[in-house]
Amino acid sequence: MMTELSLHVLDVANNSIRANANLIEIKIIIHRKADLLKIKISDNGCGMDKEQLSKVEDPFFTTRTTRGVGLGIPFFKQAAISCGGNFKIESLPECGTKVVATFSLSHIDRMPLGDINSTIHTLITLNPTVDFIYYYEFDHRSFQLDTREFRDILGNIPLNTPEVSTYIKEYLKENQREVDDGIQV
Amino acid sequence: MKTLEELKAIRESMQSQLGLRNESSNRTRVVVGMATCGIASGARPVLTTLSDAVQQKGLTDVTVTQTGCIGLCQYEPIVEVMEPGKDKITYIKMTPEKALEVVEQHLVRGQVVTKYTIAETIG
Repeated sequence: MMTELSLHVLDVANNSIRANANLIEIKIIIHRKADLLKIKISDNGCGMDKEQLSKVEDPFFTTRTTRGVGLGIPFFKQAAISCGGNFKIESLPECGTKVVATFSLSHIDRMPLGDINSTIHTLITLNPTVDFIYYYEFDHRSFQLDTREFRDILGNIPLNTPEVSTYIKEYLKENQREVDDGIQV
Repeated sequence: MKTLEELKAIRESMQSQLGLRNESSNRTRVVVGMATCGIASGARPVLTTLSDAVQQKGLTDVTVTQTGCIGLCQYEPIVEVMEPGKDKITYIKMTPEKALEVVEQHLVRGQVVTKYTIAETIG
């Protein structure tokens, strides 16, 4: 089992990378009045056909060959369902895949979001050829990070250059604090 | 709010250094397993610790990357160190603290931290 929702985000986004996506969008929406935490991950990877899609929520389905169980998606689904939330996965071959999980913010069994910035930073710096759009919203205040904008400015300087990596880390941290005043959910 | 202006400044200051980085084949690769099994057992903080330490110590010929599941899920988090011309070293059941030891002993001083290797631990 994962201990933080942000680890599920990392896990599911790694599926997108294995599906050869070059653009991955991750949205985190927290709305305290509506008692809602929503996580949306969509990619432009190879997608899945109906047959694969019907199997993907089965813990014993995987495309890998190193072990016979998958578990990533079923874990994430269970995390949502077990705290009064919802889980939906849609996919089209050649178009991409979208995963949406909603959680009841106040449910006692809801995992903490955890260190989401660490997940986003890891994804960006370890996959320098993939673009990410990260959107974080807290009670209607939001910020966004789009690596395509960063790339436009940086030209041929890679996103995993130490100086840029540090900048991305601080960009995430400072902007998140502006949006949620440091409140952790 | 942190702005993109700072990023422009980084580009300005870095353009002169481009091309000076060691891109040759004699780089050391440090690979962390980041499939569901790795992530669930704590691979993310291990990876972050490794990247940060390598950056802080200025180990410019070391690359930290990730891989999927290598089929030894029960020993995750797993870190593999591949130095050019040497046998691959596989460290198992890693933590951020152990990872720092590996950076200090193995990557900086060139001495394998035998007590964490798979060969030593499960013989």
